Amino acid sequence: MLLEQKYSGVLTTIQEEHKGNLDMFDFLTYTAIQNALVAGSLAAVIAAIVGYFLVVRGMTFTAHALPNVGFAGAAAAVLLGLEPVVGLLVFTISAAVAIGLLGKQLRERDIAVGIVMAFALGLGVLFISLYQGYAERVYSILYGNILGINQTDVLVTTVLSAVTISLLFILFRPLLFSSLDPTVAETRGIPVRLLTITFLTLVAITISISVQVVGALLIFTLLIGPPATAMRIVQRPLWTILIAILLGVCYTWLGIFLAANGLFGISGTDMWPASVYITSLSFGVYLPIRLLSPLWIGRKARRHATNLKSEEVLSQERSNNDDRLVYEAKGVLEVF
Amino acid sequence: MINTFLQYWVTLFQHEFVQNAFLAAPIVAVVTAIMGYFVVLRAQSFAGEALADIGFAGATGAAVLGISSLVGMFIMTLLAALGMGALGERIRGRDVEIGMVLSFALGLGVLFLSIYTQNGANATVGVGVLFGSILSVTRTDVLVSLITALVTLLVLALLFRPLLFASIDPVVAQARGIPVRLLSIIFLLLLAFATAEAVLVIGVLLVFSLLIAPAATAERLTRRPLTAIILSVILALSFSWGGLILAFVGTGSHLPVSFYISALAALSYFLSLLMSRLQSPRGYRALPHPSREQTATA
Repeated sequence: MLLEQKYSGVLTTIQEEHKGNLDMFDFLTYTAIQNALVAGSLAAVIAAIVGYFLVVRGMTFTAHALPNVGFAGAAAAVLLGLEPVVGLLVFTISAAVAIGLLGKQLRERDIAVGIVMAFALGLGVLFISLYQGYAERVYSILYGNILGINQTDVLVTTVLSAVTISLLFILFRPLLFSSLDPTVAETRGIPVRLLTITFLTLVAITISISVQVVGALLIFTLLIGPPATAMRIVQRPLWTILIAILLGVCYTWLGIFLAANGLFGISGTDMWPASVYITSLSFGVYLPIRLLSPLWIGRKARRHATNLKSEEVLSQERSNNDDRLVYEAKGVLEVF
Repeated sequence: MINTFLQYWVTLFQHEFVQNAFLAAPIVAVVTAIMGYFVVLRAQSFAGEALADIGFAGATGAAVLGISSLVGMFIMTLLAALGMGALGERIRGRDVEIGMVLSFALGLGVLFLSIYTQNGANATVGVGVLFGSILSVTRTDVLVSLITALVTLLVLALLFRPLLFASIDPVVAQARGIPVRLLSIIFLLLLAFATAEAVLVIGVLLVFSLLIAPAATAERLTRRPLTAIILSVILALSFSWGGLILAFVGTGSHLPVSFYISALAALSYFLSLLMSRLQSPRGYRALPHPSREQTATA
């Protein structure tokens, strides 16, 4: 876990080649950093898209629980001598299907999610205790190791991202519909349950990909942070997703940049992991926007309401709606 | 045969760490079981899990600053509870706020951990807090958890009726003049207080297992609040003691206690889920229960 140990390979090659004359952007020429940037950007892009749907569906807890389940999977894989990503995929996908099948109601689902997660963590502890070797590799999954990404990881990430993005592209309209208004979607003949399970499987794949970048503990920063912030800025789904992608990629790049700078001792900062910068950026951007958002969201909602003539009709129609922002807007409408 | 078995336990109980484990586990179990009933009723399991995880950040922060990890946990979880209560005014939107606070706190936790490990210490400190170490509980820990448990239960007893009312039907409670919002913040603070201490003693994983599973199981089996709470306490006690006993009985391959406890908890919940699916007619449960959707539209 010692950072020096973890990155010693990267550090020595870089220092040998450069003999101490490092410029701020010089590290961009190194494969380790390039790999990190490619894998990180891919992870940020899918996480932002998938995360938007997670936030709309009120499944923040699932976003937090699945990576923890994945941790148990990684521990199992290491115990069996397999690649951690195999265990991650198997465990997260089966947990995702179980969660999709278990809870229909929100309240019930949260409990089921929590218990599945606690059980998986218990299994993780069991696997670690059974594992005779040094569980370093498993712990690095917990905290993430962005500079430990090799060419194979980048390849796996690229392939899985391509699959996820194309599936999301195909499912986009029905998924959006069933996320925003499951009741109406169901009456329109959309297979809501099947969609939910497919969607959760995509979430599981996304999580398995981005585990290496930010670690199981912090993955849901990339999943929840950018979409939650973007939803406070704009309201159209497509714009929200685009802004979320932009924010996610910015956080990731800045995080890697700052972490690399610290690692090479260029800017004199300490060696902090990239995930620390990413979470701080995400929260630092979210907080002011969250606090100030009633200003512009209120105005938008009012304009929208006057366009539709009757506020009552609007609120009546939307009362079953799952979208969080609609409630927010309604709250503002009641005030004015 | 029985004699050797008894002898094994007698010698086992001569060790102080075994006594401490068997004392600390029920103390934590009783508090989490009772708090858990309200957590389940109020659909705040994510908040419970988040507060336990935030405790991890507090403990690592305290390790860096060199203060007592208990103080670090209390500060961090109480701040987080206030933040959650202040940011999320509507129940429905609160999930995202909890998630954001949790992600930031976990980021801080990893930061503290990396600073701490750079100073040459071992990263297992953080892992210990996450997964718990019930077998390394000290006498002081037992005493401190007893005091925290008594304080928590006292406050809960004072708030019991209004809190139950506000949890079951926030709208009617509000109309009757009960300060629902204030109660909700007080409840989060109390939860923070209770979990912080419990996390330090038995770890994030076990606290969460004991917080949700017994209460959720009990709530599925009975409708009466008081019966449910008592049932929840009994379940939590049997999980924690059962887990400890199983861990000691399986002498061959010393499996971790936290695995047994979380497995027992999960098993009981899924059994109760199965039972209630088989027994009650479709849609029966959905009727008189306060679902999140109902509270949100109000």
